[in-house]
Formats: sequence, C-alpha cells, structure tokens
Amino acid sequence: MTESKAPRGANRAYKRFLLQRALPHFWCPGCGNGVVLGAIVRALASLGLSPSQVVVVTGIGCWGKADDYLNVNALHGTHGRALPLATGVKVNRPDLTVLALMGDGDCATIGGNHLLHSARRNIGVKAIVVNNLNYGMTGGQYSSTTPGDKITSTSPFGDPERGLDIAGVAAVAGANYVARSTVYHAAQTETYIKEAITAPGFGLVEVLSTCPTYFGRLNSMRTAVESMNWLKSAAVTAKAAGGMSPDDLRERIVIGRFCSRTDPDFNQRYEEIRQRARDRGFRTREVVSGR
Amino acid sequence: MTQVRDTRYMQGNEAIAEGAFAAGARFFAGYPITPSSEIAEICSRRLLELGGVYMQMEDEIASMGAIIGASFAGVKAFTATSGPGFSLMQENIGLAIMTEMPCVIVNIQRSGPSTGLATKPAQADVMQARWGTHGDHAIIALCPTSVQDCYDLTITAFDYAERFRSPVVLLADEIVGHMRERVVLGAPTAQAATRRKPYDGEPGKYMPYLAGDDGVPSFAPPGLADLGRANSSMHDETGFANNTPDNATRVIRRLYDKVYRAAGEICLTREYMTGDCDVAVVSFGATARAARAAAMAAREEGIKAGCLTIVTMWPFPDVAVTRVCGRAKAIVVPEMNLGQVAGEVRRVSCGPRIVGVNKVNGEGIRPVEILEAIRGTLS
Ligand SMILES: Cc1ncc(C[n+]2csc(CCOP(=O)(O)OP(=O)(O)O)c2C)c(N)n1
Ligand code: SF4
Repeated sequence: MTESKAPRGANRAYKRFLLQRALPHFWCPGCGNGVVLGAIVRALASLGLSPSQVVVVTGIGCWGKADDYLNVNALHGTHGRALPLATGVKVNRPDLTVLALMGDGDCATIGGNHLLHSARRNIGVKAIVVNNLNYGMTGGQYSSTTPGDKITSTSPFGDPERGLDIAGVAAVAGANYVARSTVYHAAQTETYIKEAITAPGFGLVEVLSTCPTYFGRLNSMRTAVESMNWLKSAAVTAKAAGGMSPDDLRERIVIGRFCSRTDPDFNQRYEEIRQRARDRGFRTREVVSGR
Repeated sequence: MTQVRDTRYMQGNEAIAEGAFAAGARFFAGYPITPSSEIAEICSRRLLELGGVYMQMEDEIASMGAIIGASFAGVKAFTATSGPGFSLMQENIGLAIMTEMPCVIVNIQRSGPSTGLATKPAQADVMQARWGTHGDHAIIALCPTSVQDCYDLTITAFDYAERFRSPVVLLADEIVGHMRERVVLGAPTAQAATRRKPYDGEPGKYMPYLAGDDGVPSFAPPGLADLGRANSSMHDETGFANNTPDNATRVIRRLYDKVYRAAGEICLTREYMTGDCDVAVVSFGATARAARAAAMAAREEGIKAGCLTIVTMWPFPDVAVTRVCGRAKAIVVPEMNLGQVAGEVRRVSCGPRIVGVNKVNGEGIRPVEILEAIRGTLS
C-alpha cells in the first residue's frame, strides 16, 4: 500500500471504517471484492460520517462477508434478504446511512423481487452490488447475471439463460440513483457510492467484478490480471454506448450514471400521508425519533 | 401509572392489533392473507395515528425480514399472516432466533396443505411453529382461546420476545381471530413501550452477544457510540463469525437453554375441574371452549371430566400435562388437525389411554363431538 505517501487527513480517515484486526480477508487473491470494500470505506470517510451513523446489511455470499471487515453497525442476514432487512432499519431510523451489500445472486436472483420493490418504493437504502457474474461462495454456478453461453460449474457447455441487467432493472423500477462501474474503475466506483449515499431515496451502484477462482478460470481468463483487462476493454461509457448498435454492445459493459432523481423517498412520502391524515381530522402523534 | 380500563366489543384480530400497540409495537410489516388481513388493515390506520409505520411488503419473506431490521433498529415490531405466509417466513424466523431479535409473528391458522380450504379454520401449524425453521432451536408460541386472550396474550408475546430476545409466535386460529367478544383493554404501561434489555454497561465495551446469567444478551440499537452487530452465521460474544466446534455448541445450547430453563415461567395453562377428573380433555385455541362445554355436559351425566387448556404451546407445558394426565384414567385431545398435540401429550404421559378428536374438514370441533369421545373412554 502507498498510504505513507498519501496526503494526511481525509484519505486516512477511511481507517476508522476498516476493521484492521479482521484482516487479512478471506477472499481469493485477485478477487474484486477488496477493491469495492476500499471504495466504500473511502466514500464513507470522505463524506465525514462516523461508524455509529452507518448500518451495513449483508446477505450471504463471498461479498456478503464484507461486514466482517467493516467497523460499523452490521446486520448479516439470510441469502437474498438484505434489502428487506435494510428496509426495516431505514424506515425506523431514517437518520442513519443504511447500505445493503449484495452479490449478484443475492440481489438480483434469489432477491430479485426485493430489488424491484425496494426501487419502486424508493426506500432510502443504498445497494452496493458486486456483480461477478456467478455464485462465488457456492462454487461458481451460473447466476441470473451470467451472460448467455458463458461457462460455469452448472453450465459446462454454456448458460442457456440470458443475463439480467441489474442497473437497468433498478432504474426502470424507480430507483432515484443508479450507476454502474467495474473494479477496474476504482475511483469512479468510489464517486458513485458517494453520490448514491448523498442522493435521496433508493440508490444502487452495480460494480462488475472479477472472480478469478471460478468465472475467470472457466471463461479463459486464467489470471486476475486477465479478468481486469477484460473489464477494462469491455467497458464502454453510457454516452458512447448511445451511438452503438445492439450487436456491438453484446459483449460490452456499459458503465456510467443511469439516473439521478430527487423524487421523495418512502419515509418522506409516509410522513406526507401522515400529514394528510392529520388534515382530515385524524389525531396523529408526533413520530418519536427511533420510536 | 393508573390503569385506565376500557371495555369494548371487538374481533379477535382487532384485539391482537390493539394488544400489540399497547405493548409498544410501532412497526408492522406484512403481506395480506385471509384470515389475518384485518390486522394489517387496522395497522395501516392505527400506526399512522400512533407515530409508527405500516409497511405492506412484497411477500412474507420480506415482511419477516423487515420486522427483524426494525427490531435491530430498536423498535418493537410484528407481522401477521396465515399458513402459507407462515411457511414463507420460516427461514427468517430462524434468522430472528440466531440474531436474537425480539419480534412477534401472528399466525391466524387456516386449513392446508398449500392453499387447501383457503380461509377455513384449522389448528394444523402446531409443528410448523415448533420446527418450521431448520436447525436445533427453541421457540415460544402462545395460543389464545378468546378475544380477551388475543389482547392479553399479544402483550405477553411482546413481553416474552423482549425478555428472551427471541421471536414469539402468537398461534391463533381463524375461529378466535374472527369471533367478536367483549374485551377489557388496559392502558399501555410505560414499561411496555420500552425494551426489556437495554445495554447499560460502560460505553465502548458493548458486546452484542455477551449474555447475562439468564442467557440473554443486552441490546444496543444502532446510532449509539457502541456499534450494534447481528449475525446469522455462527458468531461469538462479539458478533463476529466464529466457527469453532466449542463456540457452536455454546451458542446453540445457550439459545436453547435461555428459553427452556425458563419454561416454568413461560408455560401458561388453565385448568377446569381437573382436581378429581377421571377423563382429562387437553386442548388449545378455539377448541378449548368446546372442550369446556363438553366437560360440563359430561359432569351432568356423572362423568368426572376436566379440562387442561394449553396456552403456551411451546415450550410444551410438560409439567402441567404430566400432572393433570397423571391423575386421569383417560385423556381426550381434540384438535383441528390429525394429532399434532396428541403426540406431545403421548410423549409426556405414557400411562393413560389417549383418544384424539380430530377434524380437518374446515369446521370447528363441536362440544358434542368431544362429549362422545369422553363417553367412549369409559366403554
Ligand atoms: C436460501 C439459500 N439458498 C442457497 C444458499 C446457498 N448460497 C450461499 S451464497 C450463494 C450464492 C452467492 O452468490 P452471490 O450472491 O452472487 O455472491 P458471491 O459469492 O458471488 O459474492 C448461494 C446460492 C443459501 N445460503 N441460502
Ligand atoms: S470465489 Fe470468487 S468471488 Fe469468492 S472470494 Fe474467490 S474470487 Fe472472490
């Protein structure tokens, strides 16, 4: 690490969010998860948050173990259910920054329904999805995001299903903030995470990532470096993608900010409804913080 | 605080909702299903008034998840459902057990399997409540027999949930949920609204799963200087993963023992003419009312019948069942299933003859059906 050369101040503040004693982490060498973890802790630090103001909710998977390395409030839940858990936290404690860290399987496959409805509800949870295009934790089986034809441990001759566009689904379903990057684009990832946290309502940052142990190895990217190079060369900005044909885009990863709206979030709308009830003569009590 | 008592005529489901509010519940997440839907409808209105939040989730899996999240955030939370929804909740009920998040799950039982005789009453989720979620675990479940019980036992359910940091199932049935009766409501007490086990130790020293002598850890909601941690995976006192065999044994045993060691206090039963009974009728929920009527009719015929009503289904009231059944020559167990409770009664009282009155046709059990079984034990 080059931290000794980094300027003092904000850049070192990330250490407050990292559980140094939990390191080294359990992820494989070359796994993209560490890059995203770094982006999160730097984003939290540069926003000037304190660990007690942050709640991280995780599902189950390799990325779902990220809470083990974070010095924040943490709720490690069941596979696919991080979003409902985070919803329960955020609704009752809108003052806290609530991040849901999920793999692609967690968020979009088993938890796909929750993704749709969290976005539609515009709940103020921030989903940070590490999309490694397969199920790392259980041995590299195909996920709903695995691109068609790719080889995985359960699609030895190619995946018959087509991959799901997580960011696209979230944007269409009504999320206020949606962006996609890759672990090759680390600085951009950090920026997107910061923007998602500061935007109101549901935010989702999808980060395309490397799983050299399974996805890379089975799809002729023998090393993590080759996976990184693939992310680099396949990435195309949303702007550039606008002028490309569907055929040209088939093997590409469109990165960028897909929406950034300021629609009222669920909590705000619920309080508006409460006010409406009051206006109609309902005797409503003031909400006690933390109830 | 003086108790303001308020007598009202209401439905079982309404009494459950009011009981929850009186206990301090301010968050409900659910997915509509008959015969529990009235609870959601009442919550959508009353929680607006009470400064709480009603959330209609996308399914029961999400509902159960959301109340666990709310509990983690420090709020008393509950959900209400019926058979199929209860099935969907099971994995996250296990999460509430493992993370020790107090919450209440109301199951207004209906007929099954699957959609079955939708909306018709049954009492067939006794074992689902006990063993629906995987792994070795303890669970607390309470069975109301009246609308008054619906109110009172919902408060007890929240009380147990907080005291044992555990999910508690209110295992009602359609008959009780939909009947209307007079209920005396008590004013919510200040204590009911607060958590039972708030962390009051030295700041900076909080360990989320460090249990006291009673096996129950204290609770610090997020936002304090001490970080809250909850973990579905095997963890130690710090809340961090610890997969050693010793730790796993310690954790699973503690989760089990914190409930079972207190079974004497948790297990509620009611007895009716059991002092000298030759025939004991063991029942729960709406069926317990028919059982009392049957026992009374039997007495008029000169048969010494008595009733044991199971109020706490889980932990099973072994002690009371053993005591009452030990005195009787025969035991009748009426239940709207094919013998889920009779099996438990058999487990604890191997002596006398056990006769089941079982009905799975979507109709309640009538007193005369139980009376016939009582008479039959003498022939
Ligand atoms: C209900 C349930 N089904 C299946 C599993 C097994 N399982 C654990 S992690 C996982 C997939 C993880 O994939 P992903 O979410 O993409 O995360 P990654 O490991 O790739 O980071 C599965 C299927 C489980 N824990 N729970
Ligand atoms: S299996 Fe894949 S996703 Fe999991 S830690 Fe290893 S490289 Fe990362």
